[in-house]
Amino acid sequence: MNIFEILGPVMVGPSSSHTAGAVRIGYMARKILGETPAEADILLHGSFGATGSGHGTDRAILAGLLGMEPDDSRIPDSRTHAAAAGLSYRFVSGNLRDAHPNTAVLSLTAGDGRRIKVQASSLGGGRIMVNQIDGIRVDFTGEKPTLIVQNEDTPGVLSAITYTLAAQDVNIATLQMYRNQKGGYAFIIAETDSDISEEVLCQLREKKGVLKVIRIASEEDW
Amino acid sequence: MAFHSLEQICRLCREENKDFYHVILEDDMKEREVSEEGSRSKMKKMWRAMVRAAEDYDPALRSASGLSGCDGGRAAAYYEAGGSLCGEFIGEVVTGAIQMAESNACMRRIVAAPTAGSCGVLPAVLLPCQKKFAISDDRIVEALYVAAGIGQVIASRAFIAGATGGCQAEIGSASAMAAGALVFLRGGDAGQICDGAAIALKALMGLVCDPVAGLVEVPCVKRNVIGAVGAMTAADQALAGIRSFIPADQVIDAMREVGEKMDASLRETGLGGLAATAKGESVRLES
Repeated sequence: MNIFEILGPVMVGPSSSHTAGAVRIGYMARKILGETPAEADILLHGSFGATGSGHGTDRAILAGLLGMEPDDSRIPDSRTHAAAAGLSYRFVSGNLRDAHPNTAVLSLTAGDGRRIKVQASSLGGGRIMVNQIDGIRVDFTGEKPTLIVQNEDTPGVLSAITYTLAAQDVNIATLQMYRNQKGGYAFIIAETDSDISEEVLCQLREKKGVLKVIRIASEEDW
Repeated sequence: MAFHSLEQICRLCREENKDFYHVILEDDMKEREVSEEGSRSKMKKMWRAMVRAAEDYDPALRSASGLSGCDGGRAAAYYEAGGSLCGEFIGEVVTGAIQMAESNACMRRIVAAPTAGSCGVLPAVLLPCQKKFAISDDRIVEALYVAAGIGQVIASRAFIAGATGGCQAEIGSASAMAAGALVFLRGGDAGQICDGAAIALKALMGLVCDPVAGLVEVPCVKRNVIGAVGAMTAADQALAGIRSFIPADQVIDAMREVGEKMDASLRETGLGGLAATAKGESVRLES
């Protein structure tokens, strides 16, 4: 842990896991959708469901969905801001199998009807892990610049990604691949040591088999 | 690379003739690949956020659960009226700790140090000391490096989360960090900084995490007070030349062992201790 994980983050209370982490989960899901959702169905699992309202977990997730960061003093009033932004939402408590105690599942619908489903856990100290996107298991924290590519499970996509990043002098720190079934849909997730340019995203979107390209910028300054 | 022992930090202080804070500062520059100015300005941001959070306390606020709020105003009025047992200076520490912890419970902006639940300890001792001894902001920022370095070692050897190690890991760690920072501010050397941290941590060893209804409110707010006041007395002992009989690193290891032996009901599950009392249970059932 670096010293600013000990002294910090600056955050709205009361809990780094149930409030600050929850804001980040909402923020990350919004990034993956690419915009503020028009509708959000949110399931709170385990301790999130049991003690979430007293910790403001629901308001924190909403705040993140609206693009607020964990130190935003508008977090307690996020329900009002959601109404103003035209975001309709519903929270339910539920139980997931084999999930971390502080987990949320966010089913989001964009203004144009696009939908995504993100499952993420709050690990403590405000750190989070995204566990699933659209039912496919993934694992990333968003603490480094991250490239998420959704693709058809066909040969050549991985080499296109590594080639494009190498050509831009971007070093890959970790690389993970997940798929729902052979020949089905897959996610390739690359965490990098430096920022990923818009040009990389444009080039990758043109590649055969690539369905969606998402970039998560590093959030280490939170 | 974070430090794994306080002894290692002390050795570097001795061998390279450096201040405790400077060893931590240089390590951060390496770890995060930032300049000295970059590191210091980020720490200064943390200090400013603490000062602002203290100034922004609102005595009228109550938490969503209704369990916390308003006591910060009561404490301030009582100590200001004079005639308190602890006197004005310790009164400011007590008041500051309650107010910051209440702000946290009421969803105000705070600085986790090392956690949100223990955010009141460090600012509660640093702000009154800064005023009493006319200490510059830059020096306070250096003291925050000392605190962070101690916290980093505790996180590495043991834990800083109530869910893993009980309240001793949160308020205990915060108190150790604050004691080290205070010793530094009053001119103690690296060995005395470690003694202060060790004495503070020993005093809170075994403290369980038993929040009523699982919320960071009861007894967390008032435990910030004892973490802060304990840090003051531990720092004074170290500055008086009183040594911790058990070396600081071994105290941290013992804290880990105690935390691992702690029953799960006493580690932030809201199932044991105060949470399991009749009164505590009634709050959980209502919420």
